[in-house]
Amino acid sequence: MTISELAAQTGFQVLSEGEAPDTQISGVFCCDLLSVCMSHLNAANAWVTVMGNVNAVAVAVLTEAACIILAENTPLDDAALEKAKQQGVAVFRTELPIFEAAKRIDSLNTP
Amino acid sequence: MSDKITLRYTVTTEDFTRAGEASGDVKRKLKKMNVSPAAIRKVAIAMYEGEINMVIHANGGEITVEITQNDITMTLADHGPGMQDVEKCMQAGYSTAPDNIRSLGFGAGMGLPNMKKNSDEMTIETKPGVGTTVVMKVLIES
Repeated sequence: MTISELAAQTGFQVLSEGEAPDTQISGVFCCDLLSVCMSHLNAANAWVTVMGNVNAVAVAVLTEAACIILAENTPLDDAALEKAKQQGVAVFRTELPIFEAAKRIDSLNTP
Repeated sequence: MSDKITLRYTVTTEDFTRAGEASGDVKRKLKKMNVSPAAIRKVAIAMYEGEINMVIHANGGEITVEITQNDITMTLADHGPGMQDVEKCMQAGYSTAPDNIRSLGFGAGMGLPNMKKNSDEMTIETKPGVGTTVVMKVLIES
């Protein structure tokens, strides 16, 4: 499943479209501790978190995450939104809790 | 790529918005030089953790990145306060970061261990009250 298909099929709110909507999602990763994310988040992972700050965007860029999914309706602060747009990072938001959001993406991503 | 390329960055204190810009820039440049993705990832992680440390703990500092055919060497020199106990700081889970940093997703005592894990060589020189210099080398063919 691509990033744009994820947005269409889940109905998650699109906060930033990102520069590579055709990226194939390689898997789902859940974590809020940014040092752990940096070590273990794989390229093209859909990353589910409640960290809506500029550091989360930086981690997504460095690890080449496919997109950030903010669970629990977590707000994305203004600086983070600006950075996401500037760096071409896709960011979505959902009211689902982290586990439920991850399950939803995984069920759509696994044929 | 026969010559050595040197890149320099200044990290300012308490500037979380810009933390990650230096490592992001290095990442982009290494990508253009066709360095292997594995080596780029190691450099990006090690350098970003270092940048964050300079913002959280020190009063900013300077980063020099030297790129040769064989390796990438990052030298992170900050303006203090230095480490009282380097061994303790290297322990996973040990942190002196304040609560406001923890709420941002850092300060879990994983920065230095992550830097060591992602570099092929790492040395720390620190003087309490003066500053810390961390040198990390990543081999390109590792």
